[in-house]
Amino acid sequence: MSDNHNAHDIQKHVKKYLFVFYALIVGTVVTVAVSKVHFGSVTMNIAIALFIACIKGFLVAGYFMHLISEKKMIYGILIATVFFFASLMYLTLWSLEPTSLIHMK
Amino acid sequence: MEIPYTAESRPDTGLYNAKVGIWLFLASEVMLFGALFSTYILLRVGADPGKWPHGLLNVNLGMINTIVLICSSITVVMAWASLKLNNFGKFKMFQAITLLCAVIFVGIKSYEYHDKFTHYEIQLKDGRVVDGHMKEQTKDQVTVSGHYLHTEEAGAEAKEGHSHQTAEVKHEEITVKRDDIKYMENYGPWHNTYMAIYFTLTGLHALHVIGGALVIGFLWGPGSKMWRTEPERFTNRIEVSGLFWHFVDLVWIFLFPVLYLL
Repeated sequence: MSDNHNAHDIQKHVKKYLFVFYALIVGTVVTVAVSKVHFGSVTMNIAIALFIACIKGFLVAGYFMHLISEKKMIYGILIATVFFFASLMYLTLWSLEPTSLIHMK
Repeated sequence: MEIPYTAESRPDTGLYNAKVGIWLFLASEVMLFGALFSTYILLRVGADPGKWPHGLLNVNLGMINTIVLICSSITVVMAWASLKLNNFGKFKMFQAITLLCAVIFVGIKSYEYHDKFTHYEIQLKDGRVVDGHMKEQTKDQVTVSGHYLHTEEAGAEAKEGHSHQTAEVKHEEITVKRDDIKYMENYGPWHNTYMAIYFTLTGLHALHVIGGALVIGFLWGPGSKMWRTEPERFTNRIEVSGLFWHFVDLVWIFLFPVLYLL
């Protein structure tokens, strides 16, 4: 977030924080409610739960951590992190494939 | 020698030192938790169908803890906003609530851990399996509040975990003689792969909560003296500690559905 704020800016931000707070509470209740409904397959239930978690994560990172209005350098650090995190997850999922090279003898 | 850019931003990046530092640290934290999440995926997908445990954790307690952490996140950001508005009194109040939330979170987590350490699976020599919470232990017998697992549940249990919903079964006091016990083990991290990854992930997360609370507590107490001499720098410190706290909240937002609901 820009480090130069005036009182009016902060007041506006406070309103956003409260909105995000209510959205997070609702998101938590929805996550629990949705977990009690069977959507046809376990994969679908997992996908829906993680989708809600991603929205909540975006709200926390975007507004509470001010990522929505950060400086370029922070985005640079995060792009590198996302790249390595995605690579880690890709390697994990790839290793689960029975046809992947890791299982070849 | 004075360290530059502790309060004011560098002209080239527009950031003060600590902000760059905390984001680099958080990047390393993403990889730490990412490695454990990938471990979870491997264990979960690798488990035989129907053998990944469900219903072992109390969803209501997990949900309360999620709400407690969300409440602490809003108070952290409000504390920072209060300093920006030059209201030190409100800052103190909001951070006190944050600390209270941290204590409640760790308290509930401790209760959940205690519940697992007193929750036993007892395999009897006649093939039956008793599952329940320890009530009394003597030299000759053991009394638990629980139930007998059905044959298929017991078969699935073994050492790999079971998939029964504890909330749906009727609990009764069961006393068994020690001579009749073939094997007895509580639901600690050693019980099965699910409990191992549950304790590892939530234990590491709880350590982050405790660490974050210690820093926030210091800045709320003795560290707050800086507000009188260097208010800008103190506000930056609050922002940096807040970023860490939000990250801890962010991790829990993913841990809760993954461990408690799926």
